[in-house]
Amino acid sequence: MFSFLINPSKFNKFTDIIFKPLVFISSVILIVGLILVYLSPLDYQQGLTVKIMYIHVPSAWLALLTYAIMTIYSIIGIAFKMPFSFIINRAVAPIGAVFTLLCLISGSLWGKPMWGTWWVWDARLTSVSILLLLYLVIIFLNQTFENRDVREKTIAIFIIIGSINLPIIKFSVDWWNTLHQPASISKLSAPSIDGSMLQPLLVMTIAFSLIGLMIAVLRIKAEILIRKNH
Amino acid sequence: MSLRFQRLVLILITLVILGAAVLLILFNTKKNIVFFYTPTELIEQNIFSEGKIRIGGYVKDSSLKKISLNQYSFEITDNKNDLLVFYQGILPDLFREGQGTVIEGLIVNQKTVKALKVYAKHDENYMPASIKKELEKNNQWKRDYK
Repeated sequence: MFSFLINPSKFNKFTDIIFKPLVFISSVILIVGLILVYLSPLDYQQGLTVKIMYIHVPSAWLALLTYAIMTIYSIIGIAFKMPFSFIINRAVAPIGAVFTLLCLISGSLWGKPMWGTWWVWDARLTSVSILLLLYLVIIFLNQTFENRDVREKTIAIFIIIGSINLPIIKFSVDWWNTLHQPASISKLSAPSIDGSMLQPLLVMTIAFSLIGLMIAVLRIKAEILIRKNH
Repeated sequence: MSLRFQRLVLILITLVILGAAVLLILFNTKKNIVFFYTPTELIEQNIFSEGKIRIGGYVKDSSLKKISLNQYSFEITDNKNDLLVFYQGILPDLFREGQGTVIEGLIVNQKTVKALKVYAKHDENYMPASIKKELEKNNQWKRDYK
């Protein structure tokens, strides 16, 4: 049933069916999300700048999610010798890099008016910039090595080792004193965002995820074609 | 156990060991990773360096004083210990009494700091401005919500 996740030809068949609906649904959700963001109330202390959150948080979520997916595929790719994993790794790394960059830029634009600085080297900001460096190394590694097997294995091992950074990013705000505030949503208790602001945030997160998925499908299909012709 | 599952287990064990090693390093260098010290940490651990240091806490209520056009003094507190801060420059928009803050500056003496930079630190609570007004009207405005 889920074999399209590991088999290139089944992936192609499955995504041919879902791609058009995916484009339609993600555009609709994005438009709804943007309207909800426009209508969302101003924060009691941050005012209008709180709306940067609706870009910043979905980008951060996708930056981490993309890396987590790459890690899972790298592990099964090496353990079970599954070439489709390496197609995924190569296709989605730039997507993760772009979302990480978007997260850093929007965070910086948010930090200047609220904290009074574009950038500080606290644990959260530093660990996310390390994530961007990891993505860049993965993209560059894809351009190296004549031998494809060696290249794919090297990249997969690099991705697995780099995944140690993910829990560090997540918990950096709890383990150390940082200028970045702790998480608002992922606590076990009720979220500390009011419902009227949480709702547009969730819709925007879904919209960003679907758009990310859309680009990923296109890139994976292209990558499959490239492999076929070599 | 088949070869592929052996490989899977090997990878996972490697990842766990590597992760543990990195975490051990990070927690043992905690001093260098924290972005700021609280006033209590500063006094208890006796960190009085010559160089720049960052201190974080809340701006104590009714301690913010304007000395001249862009010179301020205020007290930074973690509800146990206070430090008196002098600052010359522009304060961030969010900076006010009761709000979290991080300052970067030089220690003058045990109780006084000369700030070179002042950052505002906000918490993880988000709420529409209209609700805050309602809460204040009904006297439901809670301290933890800040």
